[in-house]
Amino acid sequence: MFPIVLKKSLGENVHLFEVEAPRVARRHRAGQFVMVRPHAASERIPLTIADVDKERGTITLVVQAVGKTTIEMTAEFEEGDEFANVAGPLGNPTHIGVPGKPDDFRGVVACVAGGIGAAPMLPIARAFHDAGHEVVTILGARRKDLIVFEDRLGSVSSELLVCTDDGSYGQKGFVTDVLRGLIERRRAAGGDVDVAIAIGPPLMMKFCSKTTEPYRVATLVSLNTIMVDGTGMCGGCRVMVGGAARYVCVDGPEFDGHQVDFDGMMRRQAMYKPEEAASLARYREKNHSCRLEVPAAASERTP
Amino acid sequence: MSDPRVNPSAEELAARVERRAEFKNKERGQLPRVFWAEQSPGERVGNIREVPFAYTPMQARAEAVRCLSCKNEPCVTGCPVGVDVPAFLKLVADGDFRGAIRRIKETNLLPAICGRVCPQESQCQENCMVAKVHKDLGFAVSVGKIEAFLADWEREQGGVELPPVGAETGRRVAVIGAGPSGLACAGDLRRFGHEAVVFEAFHKAGGVLVYGIPEFRLPKAIVQAEVDNLEKMGVRFEFDTIVGQTFTLDELFEEGFDAVYVATGAGLPYFVNIPGEDANGVYSANEYLTRANLMGAYRFPEEDTPVLRRDDVAVLGGGNVAMDAARTALRLGAKHVYLVYRRSREEMPARLEEVHHAEEEGVDFRMLSAPVEILTGSDGWVRALKVQRCELGEPDEKGRRRPMPIEGAYEELPVQIVIEAIGNGPNPLIPKTTPGLTTTRHGTLVVDEATMMTTRKGVFAGGDIVAGASTVILAMGHGRKAAAAIDAYLRREAEAEVLANPV
Repeated sequence: MFPIVLKKSLGENVHLFEVEAPRVARRHRAGQFVMVRPHAASERIPLTIADVDKERGTITLVVQAVGKTTIEMTAEFEEGDEFANVAGPLGNPTHIGVPGKPDDFRGVVACVAGGIGAAPMLPIARAFHDAGHEVVTILGARRKDLIVFEDRLGSVSSELLVCTDDGSYGQKGFVTDVLRGLIERRRAAGGDVDVAIAIGPPLMMKFCSKTTEPYRVATLVSLNTIMVDGTGMCGGCRVMVGGAARYVCVDGPEFDGHQVDFDGMMRRQAMYKPEEAASLARYREKNHSCRLEVPAAASERTP
Repeated sequence: MSDPRVNPSAEELAARVERRAEFKNKERGQLPRVFWAEQSPGERVGNIREVPFAYTPMQARAEAVRCLSCKNEPCVTGCPVGVDVPAFLKLVADGDFRGAIRRIKETNLLPAICGRVCPQESQCQENCMVAKVHKDLGFAVSVGKIEAFLADWEREQGGVELPPVGAETGRRVAVIGAGPSGLACAGDLRRFGHEAVVFEAFHKAGGVLVYGIPEFRLPKAIVQAEVDNLEKMGVRFEFDTIVGQTFTLDELFEEGFDAVYVATGAGLPYFVNIPGEDANGVYSANEYLTRANLMGAYRFPEEDTPVLRRDDVAVLGGGNVAMDAARTALRLGAKHVYLVYRRSREEMPARLEEVHHAEEEGVDFRMLSAPVEILTGSDGWVRALKVQRCELGEPDEKGRRRPMPIEGAYEELPVQIVIEAIGNGPNPLIPKTTPGLTTTRHGTLVVDEATMMTTRKGVFAGGDIVAGASTVILAMGHGRKAAAAIDAYLRREAEAEVLANPV
């Protein structure tokens, strides 16, 4: 069992959990994820590790309540509760360097985070910063209250550019506009952006990759697909990269954004939409009636 | 299997048991077979319960009376772990079930499982003289069913005898993977008195026994009972640990383990590599079965993990996993399930019983059909499987006749789900993260066949990570062989330590 030592709201529907998982914390490197099964009847879902505290043996997970499992996680799990299973760290660590350049090359890295993509971005941005690269972070969301990890990312970035779709915070516009502006500006000044890393919703990563392609800026994206085991056993996470099937769990989670078939990936992500909707509707109905009958409804949870 | 299954009457069975010592071999060989009852095909596709019912004690005894107690014991030769079949059958015939199960457990720690999943018709029962006399494998003594009966009998008596645990040696062994090989190894390590810690990636012990083989073929309560027994013997389980990711083999040694047994299995599904495999509705059998079994998608939405349920399903392959997937699809409500196999029925590697059951349940066998393309609709979902008819050509290097595609002979099977069950490769995580481990070109680990030791000192390996996709019994056999070799290794090391540091 994996005790929750801290739970904090980061905004609408977004919660941060610090979970005791000393083995995972000890081995974690930037870019890796865990498979979490909150309780005995839950799905196993992949969550990218947002931070670790090796000393305390904790890992930080940022969870946006979007489906049954994540809604249940954020609504019903409190400090002192435990997640049934947290397995990891899984996937390959991020290569902290510039593709195509020697290892000792130090360059400019654009870290582009959409919504809660900011959380998994943190260890990557920090690793580039600690290795001596210049990190420019672009943080975007639909509106102000969906911007998370601004301070943490700011502390490892030479520039922090914030934008919102509705202009409620930072500049009004999409991360792609800001990214294009950054590349143009750096090039005009005789510099460059050597590598871009995009983490966020699939559509955002797709358009970030499209934005950098004409500039020939190497672009990494971190994919979060449907998985069952996370160790290469099921093949459910497969995605077409450069025309070949690759497994996000063991070949990824990061891939060359210019090679990823985002449309195919998004189609596969929607594979269980009706089942997910049914599961959520059932949960809501059950939860509602439970609360009417028994005020302390959380007790029905299996440990 | 030759039907119809007409059973001798209860009086006949009792009389046979009574007269068991008097039969001459010629007469004994002609005794009618005793069939076990089964759920009817129509009933069982509506539930996930086990298909065959256990023998009654009298049925088991009467069936055991059919054994000819051949001097050269061809059945024992056919068993990968050499279970003393004639001896335990004799004890069963005499009604000494306790003695019989003890005799089996001398060589096989998991009889409830092996009785159900071993391919008996290509092992002990293949060599059975009774079958030879009748020139029909179906006439072999039902060794597997009797074995399962005994194990169930013992468990239901509530008195499963645990093997004695050896005096503690203070030596620690890490077992990687809680599948059949790891479980067998861990059990034996405790018998030798070594500490055994099993590291498992999933949240449950059993490996393929829990994620792959469905409930209707191997009830999970039986697997759990075996795991509970190991815990009673002092085996410790650590779940959610992926060796190669959560820690490396080197770190295990640094943590104080004296030896490691790697039994990570064949966990990497192969795909045929035809167009359309990234469509929605295409599964590896691993994923399909793991969702249904381990994650409980049978019970969705009571359990959260879903699996697609559609009317028409195609399963690719001819092994046990293909049969399991096809029969699982039926239980998940499919109306038409095709089983698409490139070769003919004779070449199918599945257990006879599974083929028979699948056929009874209405699986539509499409032999000599090679999948060439998964056709998708404009929505990206599977709408059909295109297959090419084949004929058998010359035998290949394994002696199996090669399927040759017939030009222009295409057919489209209208399906919404395609499940690929064409085999698995070894899991690459440990070889990838452990220096000094030599692998074959198939990715399996190289071991010394006598000791199961890998090219790294103190690191042993067995099961599918060594043998490729194999059987439960062979994996268990490896586990036991490795446990004995680990014991010898640890004793040698201990002696060497004493010699190096004389008091």
